[in-house]
Amino acid sequence: MSDALLEVRNLESFYGPVMAIRGVSLDVREGSAVAVLGANGAGKTTLLRTISGIMDPEKGEIRLAGEPIAGGDPDRIVRKGVVHVPEGREVFPLLSVAENLGMGAYTRRDDGVDGDIETVLRYFPVLKQRLGQPAGTLSGGEQQMLAIARGLMARPRIMLLDEPSLGLSPIMVRDIFAIIRRLKEERGVTMLLVEQNARMALGVADFGYVMETGQIVMEGPADRLERSPDVQEFYLGGREAGALAERRWKRRKTWRS
Amino acid sequence: MENLQLAVSGLANGCIYGLIALGFVLIYKATEQVNFAQGDLMMLGAFIALALGNDSHIGAPFWVACAGAVLAMAALGWSLERVVLRPILGQPQIAAMILTIALGFVLRFVAGAIWGHDPLALETPIAGANFSLGGLILGADEIAAIVVTLLLTGLLFAFFSRTRLGVAMQASSQNQLAAYYMGIPVKRVHGLTWALAGATAAVAGILFASKGSIDPGTGFLGIKAFAAAVIGGFGSLPGALAGGLIVGLIEPFASRYISAGYAQIAPYAVMILVLVVRPHGIFAQVSAKKV
Repeated sequence: MSDALLEVRNLESFYGPVMAIRGVSLDVREGSAVAVLGANGAGKTTLLRTISGIMDPEKGEIRLAGEPIAGGDPDRIVRKGVVHVPEGREVFPLLSVAENLGMGAYTRRDDGVDGDIETVLRYFPVLKQRLGQPAGTLSGGEQQMLAIARGLMARPRIMLLDEPSLGLSPIMVRDIFAIIRRLKEERGVTMLLVEQNARMALGVADFGYVMETGQIVMEGPADRLERSPDVQEFYLGGREAGALAERRWKRRKTWRS
Repeated sequence: MENLQLAVSGLANGCIYGLIALGFVLIYKATEQVNFAQGDLMMLGAFIALALGNDSHIGAPFWVACAGAVLAMAALGWSLERVVLRPILGQPQIAAMILTIALGFVLRFVAGAIWGHDPLALETPIAGANFSLGGLILGADEIAAIVVTLLLTGLLFAFFSRTRLGVAMQASSQNQLAAYYMGIPVKRVHGLTWALAGATAAVAGILFASKGSIDPGTGFLGIKAFAAAVIGGFGSLPGALAGGLIVGLIEPFASRYISAGYAQIAPYAVMILVLVVRPHGIFAQVSAKKV
């Protein structure tokens, strides 16, 4: 019914006893970048973890190019071409940068891996000088770059990026997003990008969803979302903080229309 | 010269402790579980070699018996992970700890039921052979223990640093979640780690049995090896070997210069000392981990 590369339909997932995802549906087309915005605890990370198989869904379907992948083991889902770049970097601290990159290609059996390291490093020149260094000794921003580069090494059909801006300085955030944009435009990497930094995310994405307490409350093309008063208010800081909580409930009804 | 003689026999024993400690560390690094049955796996490996090789039992050639014991213990290690430990993956560490202690009891009683509780000797082609070097008398069993341990350590080192599977094992021990994200089959890696620990235990068992007799209680050597692993820094492979050598060296010297009773206590006294002075052990990698 849809020609999307990744389709998520009515997904429900529990985080322990808490129902963190309450019936989420979304589409990611080949070659596009889709952003999922939302505050802490909205269920964004759970959504990605459910797609990548770290968590099993309670209900609903996930399809990659039409093939159901929901509830599969993580290594099989990676083999099918879904790579998850986790939040908080999560590198292998005692392995060298080069070994970390090699582990990104763990599921591959072809001999293009060395060539791909070269290609990937063109986007992350900082890592090139640090290939022999343990990944744990890199700065936060460099670790984030390594995590993205490592994800690319799997030659994914779709990359799930979880909060690449988390805990980084504004300059580093800008650099990382510049790289993400280049990857999309030059290499046509399909991505599902989860972010709290709405401005950065919508700047790269073609399409966006807004998530709140486990549900999609709003969706639309990125430029339209960026102009929407609700998004401006809650995620782009259009109004001062004091008015936020009150306004949230008052306007909520209009979000589902 | 006497000190040198003590050092050689201490090193030979230390190699065996080191190999058992290596098994502790392998499993701990990969799965964050401490396998208190590691000593009993060693005992079982020795008994299997004995059952295959001794003339009173099956009587296979010594090398065939050794290979058979190593393979059987690898298979046992793999199945223990698959059947006993995997179901409790994700439970608190204490559950795995109690489970492996219980496993030790079971292995001891099984060995006792099959081979009896009297000490038995493994028939080896090197039994009783001695070389003298200057004034030094080297037992072939001692040389074998040292040489085999060095070889096995070198092999393991090459495996962990050079092969894709070895690096993946390191990766999943350093960051299990990230290993899942990269598509490393973490559960299968756990199974292979247990197989490796079982095979290492069998080698340690054969080396130990060629130095003396074995009985089902031999597995208690695991406690001494545990102290060695702690001294070396739980989680470091070279540390485990070094810890084993330290314990091995302390024993004969404590026994010679203090008294035989103290030789039993010395490894644990050193363990406590190390824990007080350097809580993560001598070869700890913890300092390199940045969060």
